[in-house]
Amino acid sequence: MDARSDRPVSLAAPLVRFESVTKRFGDVVAVDGVSLDIAEGEFFALLGPSGCGKTTLMRLLAGFAVPDEGRILLNGEDIAGLPPHRRPSSMMFQTYALFPHLNVEKNIGFGLKQQGWEKARAAERVEEMLSLVRLQGLNRRKPGELSGGQAQRVALARALAPGPKILLLDEPLAALDRKLREETQLELKAIQRRLGVTFMIVTHDQDEAMVVADRIAVMKDGQIAQVGPPREVYERPASRYVAEFLGEANLFPDGSGWRLVRPEKMTLSATPVAGATAGEVAQIAYFGDRTRYVVRAGAGRPLLVSRANLGPPLPLAVGDSAWVSYAPDAAVALGS
Amino acid sequence: MRRPWLAAVAPYAWLLVFFALPFALVAKLSLSHTVLAMPPYAPQLDLSKGHAGILAFVHQLSFATYARLTSDRLYVLAYLSSLRFAAIATAILFLIGYPIAYGMSRFAPESRHGLLMAVILPFWTSFLIRIYAWIAILKPAGLLNQALAVLHLGPLSLLNTDAAVIIGLVYAYLPFMVLPLYAALERQDERLIEAAQDLGCTPVQAFWRVTFPLSWPGVAAGGLLCFIPMVGEFVIPDLLGGSDTLMLGRTIWTEFFADRDWPAASAVAIVLLATLAVPIALFQRQQAPLLERPGVLS
Repeated sequence: MDARSDRPVSLAAPLVRFESVTKRFGDVVAVDGVSLDIAEGEFFALLGPSGCGKTTLMRLLAGFAVPDEGRILLNGEDIAGLPPHRRPSSMMFQTYALFPHLNVEKNIGFGLKQQGWEKARAAERVEEMLSLVRLQGLNRRKPGELSGGQAQRVALARALAPGPKILLLDEPLAALDRKLREETQLELKAIQRRLGVTFMIVTHDQDEAMVVADRIAVMKDGQIAQVGPPREVYERPASRYVAEFLGEANLFPDGSGWRLVRPEKMTLSATPVAGATAGEVAQIAYFGDRTRYVVRAGAGRPLLVSRANLGPPLPLAVGDSAWVSYAPDAAVALGS
Repeated sequence: MRRPWLAAVAPYAWLLVFFALPFALVAKLSLSHTVLAMPPYAPQLDLSKGHAGILAFVHQLSFATYARLTSDRLYVLAYLSSLRFAAIATAILFLIGYPIAYGMSRFAPESRHGLLMAVILPFWTSFLIRIYAWIAILKPAGLLNQALAVLHLGPLSLLNTDAAVIIGLVYAYLPFMVLPLYAALERQDERLIEAAQDLGCTPVQAFWRVTFPLSWPGVAAGGLLCFIPMVGEFVIPDLLGGSDTLMLGRTIWTEFFADRDWPAASAVAIVLLATLAVPIALFQRQQAPLLERPGVLS
């Protein structure tokens, strides 16, 4: 059923383990007692709004920041004493940070030269990386002569060239326009599968996290709100925060907590249905593949319904009466 | 009323009035010869004789003074000595100025303004007074030797030596080295250093592989900004140097005011300008693409 279920994540011996890691900047607690395991070979996403501590967590792993409390283990060994240049991780920066005085070839070969690769082998590796990111022939271009998408690929190739144990991607696609971003997400995922290298991506874009990642950690205020595969985090969120951060949510009071029904699990009808909630259509947004309705029913929050455009459209216009219902098993109980 | 053409023409007019015309006058002077008269050179352009006057004028111009410059060892030596002083002082300026500029660029942005002010502060005192102050420091019973005496060292007799000229040059031109270097270093993206370290560089290696090559436009700008005026410097060698300190600025002054040989002084000035134009042109051609690069020097 789930394409990812054939790749179970084995956390018996994690590649990276954060143990109660805390990092403060002055009075601000950027990372607050985070414990997290990342398995070898997985594509892991840190997802959260800006300021939630996800970038700091990544920089702690890269060695650009040192935890105030807790430990970070790589293959079971504490890397606290290792400066960035001795860590087997590579980082791809949000701004790409390509060296403007070096051409594409020398940018990609930068880490190889540092590791003392023999010249002919390094040149071979650079070509291999160029073909991996489909930039053959651009060897002599300077970063200033590259488009945004090309620069992004060079940054990826440069980070991958030295063969890191884990690749850290800091909002790697944020600077690309939407269409290119969506293509690149799939390509990133394909490259990760092909190489089998562990990828850890930091993003604020929930769609991006769900498309690329095997597992997602949703962060809030320096803490991990939930960790799990995309389907689990989306369909069985552990809290109202996670439910609302990932996609859209209809929330109904349920004792001390809430019941969640995703908009695509709601059924909308233009004619009265027994047991359905009656309301008035407040907004209709057509997305091509689906149509999104906002239905006002009573004093509570308006209900959201997402309907796949499989057949003829519903005979509904703004202001019309409509009936909303959902199957009992579509509802998920959230904690408080 | 808006006059867009004024903005386009103004810089050229300025260059014409304050560079091209004086340069033409000096060039003409260098082709003249001396006479015991006022002004002390000939020929004079006599426009009242019309066309014939201009012809006679042009016929009397000659390159004799330039020939004299190459045959007289004193000019050649002064020329070489000036280049040597400027080169040594530029090298020392770079060695002192780079660490200062680098240190300044590493400070938090809010404290950089204060440091920048400290670099510019000496300009608030007259240049001449600051050089006179060095006489007070370097003279036999000056501040330097008093300080050395406390430490049971010295005394050093520096005043009126080549060393004093170098000290004076380095002191006076330091801001001109520090400021372009600082501008180049301050704009560097810190992420580049992080990227270099992430790819296996120690902080020192990251400096040599990334920071230093990227600061090269600043190095070149600072070097030229100091080297070029130092070659023709007059006040510092005159006040701090010895009687045997040979520099072109002094030679030009002597020719003008002591020997009243205006053509010779002008020819020396023209040769100086011509030789300095070569490195400037080379620099411009090489650095133009570098300078256009965003985030380096703009």
